[in-house]
Amino acid sequence: MSDGPAAQSPWQTMTISRIEKRTPRVTSFFLEPSRPFAYRAGQHVDVRLTAPDGYQARRSYSIASAPEAGETIELAIERLDDGEVSPFFHDIAAVGDEVELRGPLGGHFVWSDSDGGPLLLVGGGSGVVPLMAMIRLRAARRSAVPVALVFSARVWDEVIFRDELIDFHDRRDGFDLVLALTREAARRPADYSRRIDAAMMEQSMLRLPAPPRFAFVCGSNAFVSAAAQALIDAGVPAGLIRTERYGV
Amino acid sequence: MVTRGFSSGRKPPTDADARIPPGQYLEQGFPVLSAGPTPRVRTEDWSFTLKHGPRPIKTWNWTEFNALPLTKMTRDIHCVTAWTKFDTAWQGVLVDDILADAGVEPPTGFTLALSFDGYTTNVPTQDLTAGKAMVALLYEGKPITPDHGGPARLLVPHLYFWKSAKWLNGLQFTERDEPGFWELRGYHIYGDPWREQRYTGDP
Repeated sequence: MSDGPAAQSPWQTMTISRIEKRTPRVTSFFLEPSRPFAYRAGQHVDVRLTAPDGYQARRSYSIASAPEAGETIELAIERLDDGEVSPFFHDIAAVGDEVELRGPLGGHFVWSDSDGGPLLLVGGGSGVVPLMAMIRLRAARRSAVPVALVFSARVWDEVIFRDELIDFHDRRDGFDLVLALTREAARRPADYSRRIDAAMMEQSMLRLPAPPRFAFVCGSNAFVSAAAQALIDAGVPAGLIRTERYGV
Repeated sequence: MVTRGFSSGRKPPTDADARIPPGQYLEQGFPVLSAGPTPRVRTEDWSFTLKHGPRPIKTWNWTEFNALPLTKMTRDIHCVTAWTKFDTAWQGVLVDDILADAGVEPPTGFTLALSFDGYTTNVPTQDLTAGKAMVALLYEGKPITPDHGGPARLLVPHLYFWKSAKWLNGLQFTERDEPGFWELRGYHIYGDPWREQRYTGDP
């Protein structure tokens, strides 16, 4: 079976144009594609690194930017000390470096304002990254779709995109941010200082004008299992819940 | 393209390297991936149906299915997210033994695996027979946990692991190769890890 243009490698070279530290363990890498790169909010890419002896390592990373952001795509990468790709990004990669990417990938964990809402987003740690693409898409398109994000992080300083999320929240245009800090006291009045549970999901859904049409959950496997169960216990039908688990 | 400053994680070649398909890395844990929440299927509610198109050929309940011959299969598995895990030990019912119990030969060349949560994945029938695949009931001697697809999951170890459908409740013979859940969402129609058939359009 062969359809579509043949012979073009699915991999393309992208150039790092900016590096921005987000939290102590998460840094954003902004990449300039070398050929047109159209994607949907929630999708991911595969990154491939090649050593001089031909050895290659590849990992998947979610895209944090919204398609509206223009050509540049943003990957927010958490440093895993025993990893082989994330330490390269954190310790070696510099502006001007080229890396190979393939994508966009994934056709399930995606949302566009035309899909409608309300939308309940639940992220744990760097699991917020593909949800951020959806939130940014909503803001860029000035969409009125009601969205609540319940974002669990260990401490305030590990809340990725914190200032931007609080800014979106403060616009009071239908986006609500709820933080659940697991190892520190809550700082905002309506935030929590505990792990995600069904009661928190029920209360967070009250911030939406109607029950969610979709729920997206992303994080570590343990987080996603717990959060998806909390949603089900709070009455969200399992068929509305889409999950993305960070492998290990 | 050589990546500036990236040094090889390659160690002196070992016997293990020949077991790792291109683009994969060896994983000691057992990561969990799925498109939605984990269904909790009680064995008293469990059933498995063999179908030809929409027509059921035979249905087994949990007790009946567990009375079928159990076979052990210890295999390397390969996930499209790039991890490979060696020597995973399963026990279950070979698709051959399911067909024998139903008293049928495969009626078509294509099969769709069906799951309790609505997940589907397509596999050519010849990749399921002749001892190549089973409906697994035990992992490392114990019931498969819900996370890993219990009570029963398909095991087609020679293809990328998304083909080994979790929470299996049926196999459906189809006249044509019908793309399943991930195959409709950008993943390869066949999924051979040794040919690195990850995504639609890979050769």
